[in-house]
Amino acid sequence: MPDNAQLLQLAIATPLGAALIIACGLPKRFSTKLAAAAFTLPALIALWLWSQFPAENAHQYAFLSTTYTGLADFGISLKLGLNGIALPMFLLAAIVGLAAGYYALRSGAERLKLYLLLLLVMHGGLLGVFASVDIFFFYFFHELALIPTFIMVGVWGGRDRHYAAMKLTIYLTAGALLSLLGLIALYVKSGANSFDLIELKDAIAAGGLRGSTQNWIGGLLLLGFGTLVSLWPLHTWAPLGYGAAPSSAAMLHAGVLKKFGLYGLIQIALPLLPLGMQHWAWKLALLAGLGNVLVVGFVTLAQRDLKQMIGYSSVMHMGYCFLGLACLSTIGTGGVVLLMVAHGLSVALLFLLATSIHHRTHSFDLSEMGGLAQKTPVLAAFFVAATMASIGLPGFANFWGELTVFVALWKFSPGLTAVAIAGVVISAIYGLRAAARVFFGPVSEQHQRVQAQHPPADLDWREKLPALILLAALLFFGFYPKAISQPVDQALGYSATPKALFTPLKTR
Amino acid sequence: MSTELLQAIAASNEWWALGPELTLACGALALLVIELISPKEQHRFIPHLASMALGVVLVGVVMNFGKTWGEEELFGGLVRLSVPGQIARIFFLLSSLLVCFLATICLPRARAPRVEFYHIVLVVTAALMLLAQSNHFVMFFVALETVTIGFYILVSYYRERVLSLEAGLKYLVLGALSSAILLFGIVLLYGAVGRVEQGGIVHTGFEYGTVLNFLRENPDNFLATAGALLVIGGVAFKIGAFPFQIWVPDVYQGAPTPVTAFLAVSSKAAGFAVLLTLVHRVFSPLQAVLVPVLSLLAATTIIFGNLAALKQHNTKRLMGLSGVSHAGYLLIGVVASLTVPWAAGAVWFYLFTYLLASMAVFGVMAYVAGPDDSGEELDHYGRLARERPFLGAVLAVGVGSLAGIPPLAGFMGKLLLFVAAFQAHLYGLLVVAVIGVVISIFYYFGWIRAAWFESWSPPAPGAVPAPRPLPAGPTFIGVITLAALTLATVLLGFYQQPLTSWLLE
Repeated sequence: MPDNAQLLQLAIATPLGAALIIACGLPKRFSTKLAAAAFTLPALIALWLWSQFPAENAHQYAFLSTTYTGLADFGISLKLGLNGIALPMFLLAAIVGLAAGYYALRSGAERLKLYLLLLLVMHGGLLGVFASVDIFFFYFFHELALIPTFIMVGVWGGRDRHYAAMKLTIYLTAGALLSLLGLIALYVKSGANSFDLIELKDAIAAGGLRGSTQNWIGGLLLLGFGTLVSLWPLHTWAPLGYGAAPSSAAMLHAGVLKKFGLYGLIQIALPLLPLGMQHWAWKLALLAGLGNVLVVGFVTLAQRDLKQMIGYSSVMHMGYCFLGLACLSTIGTGGVVLLMVAHGLSVALLFLLATSIHHRTHSFDLSEMGGLAQKTPVLAAFFVAATMASIGLPGFANFWGELTVFVALWKFSPGLTAVAIAGVVISAIYGLRAAARVFFGPVSEQHQRVQAQHPPADLDWREKLPALILLAALLFFGFYPKAISQPVDQALGYSATPKALFTPLKTR
Repeated sequence: MSTELLQAIAASNEWWALGPELTLACGALALLVIELISPKEQHRFIPHLASMALGVVLVGVVMNFGKTWGEEELFGGLVRLSVPGQIARIFFLLSSLLVCFLATICLPRARAPRVEFYHIVLVVTAALMLLAQSNHFVMFFVALETVTIGFYILVSYYRERVLSLEAGLKYLVLGALSSAILLFGIVLLYGAVGRVEQGGIVHTGFEYGTVLNFLRENPDNFLATAGALLVIGGVAFKIGAFPFQIWVPDVYQGAPTPVTAFLAVSSKAAGFAVLLTLVHRVFSPLQAVLVPVLSLLAATTIIFGNLAALKQHNTKRLMGLSGVSHAGYLLIGVVASLTVPWAAGAVWFYLFTYLLASMAVFGVMAYVAGPDDSGEELDHYGRLARERPFLGAVLAVGVGSLAGIPPLAGFMGKLLLFVAAFQAHLYGLLVVAVIGVVISIFYYFGWIRAAWFESWSPPAPGAVPAPRPLPAGPTFIGVITLAALTLATVLLGFYQQPLTSWLLE
């Protein structure tokens, strides 16, 4: 029986190993079976590790293991482990990966083997991102997951895929390189001579960085990570990319990979550069509040394409995350982690259902649909539930995330809180309107024609199973948010940040 | 040379130290003899003999890595044995081996004479190895000229093709110009060092050690500084750094593909091997002048290379101009190595990753190209991934590694250079480098897009594009070689121990 640290390694190695085996020319029959196993095993391991996680010591990394790759002299080694913040994200990656993988297996995509291979690489990278203690490998795994996204958009994408793939590639590579520069700057300036986050924290706690140094490194990280998380006005790649991406890639990217930047800011920038973050907090909050929530909110209202609308709405919800981050308080940051998990699940579910809708309507245009609920009641129920979750209705995980963020935000700036709450109204309008257009009301002419040719069937099991997984997780965390909030709270409370910046988390 | 010196050399058996170079030179001559005496139908084995010679020498050098032969400086200070020199030998041997592999694909198709090609490749390889180990400006110049003259012939090897001849002529004229600049620099240095009233000693004014001592005592000497800068200008021509890059696109396009690869990899690496020796040993007292000059060279090279490559559709020109930008990144490493010693190892690491990736890409180019390999466009790659998935995969990995995308080896090379530049406080250059990398993503991905995302330019209305023949399928050896290059590129991205353990001591 391997110990838990080895299990963590196994969870990351499984999808990558499966991808390698498929690449070596495994026949298609076995490839799908192997891929199914490789998507399932990490999820099981993640659940097991979650049950084994020592909640009272969540600020420390559990399941630690170190592997040297030949760059030990530079302080680079593959160090894996999970703390209270990483654990929920790791779990999110495993769950969304499982759903996206199952959906892809039965999607009947052209060149299915290659599709699965890329998806497996992406999944392995995602699991690695959140399990890395070494910030170099944190970046490395992110890129490992990012490259397949580009290819999947370019090869299997929908409308405008070439343009979308190129734009995605350039924006995300630029953002990633900027954040890499920020990480190298931390490595050099901290004096730790190591990319190990634990050693970096110790070195900075011992020496401390000057305020001006913190400011520019913080700015670099915010710019780089901000691009990756679609901070306004660097967000334009996101709706376009998601609009073109095949469903499983959109699920994994919007649901999990995009959280990389926020996760990096929480795990790296907040504890290591508290003064730098304080310096940028107001600018970040204004950009996020006015840009991401208000401007993008209105843009979302004007969307007629279902997938683009979901893409824009995800950009908008990232605004709440940035707002929570800008509060620089334990409660705000904790809310962001909750919201990241919740949003990851709900947006993945929405992308999955949008593709299912497309299979039945042969269109993403909202004006070409209508009345689908009569033919496909289960799909309608799922979609309405996902929309409610995304708006932040109590009972779903998103509610707790948004609530905590708003509570923290009130202390930071009541004005921005008002803006954020106005954003909830906006998202309710577009979300419910989209649900109404697709499923209720009169059937549009075009859709009547499509229905005549292809009578729509309700969700079958290959679509229901991944959707159920995601919905169950959303409801579970909605009714039992403590499962996430407790380790997160523990981890944030012990952060290396000067205590003065943080107010203790009382409400809950 | 006096007779005593020759006797001393004979007594100390110093020739053993140059065993690899001597073996290659003898092998080159043997190839010609074999062609003369063997029946014509046996001539197809000659390329394999050349590859075998390179392989045997490579194995020998690797096995004897790190061993010394007593004296460091041999032949009265002409040659200096060192660890970087050994690394350079391995690099050039590996590169030439792959060039021979490319030649076995391209030359039969072009119906060009074969034996002479391999003969010249062996001679040039030996000269490259001597060049990297030279310790004396005369030795340096002779080795460099041997290399350059070899390249004059190789570039215009397809003597029935206009583009190849044009490339040869351009390389000849501009190469002669650069040799003149270099020689002028050497003479100025000799003149400055040899001046008796400043304590110079006339007959050793070419030796690196003497020049170093002179510069240490007179770091402000104008003549010597001018000479040093001219020498660096001559070397910049070899590595294709701005403003000495003007020959690159045309020569790369016109030359046969194996020669393009040879130029792109070995010639560039030779420039860097020499540059590292020069700035670290000979010109080290001139750092106050060298750092700004090299920094400017690096920044302009990166910007020029990337911007020029942006609109290229011809794959060889694209490789050439993007290679210019790689020279720029490497120059950052050279500048950084003046303050951060391990950066020299990072430059070599980068060169090795560049070798693996470039050779993989050139291999695919060789297969995709028809009989006329200078006209290869990005559009010819449409459907490559569908028709020859193996070549498509090799291309994706190679180009991805050149673009510096994790988890491939090229990314690790760039990472090490960036870390070194950070430690050397070269923030301005880093910003330029990052901008350059982002620009390069556009054209490198354009290539992958052309190969993988189906045809991306709609055919002109009315005109029916001539169907291109299916690219030739790789032979067994081709599959093995390309797969090995690809695997090495991927593995080095994950596990760098094999290279770092001997490059970054």
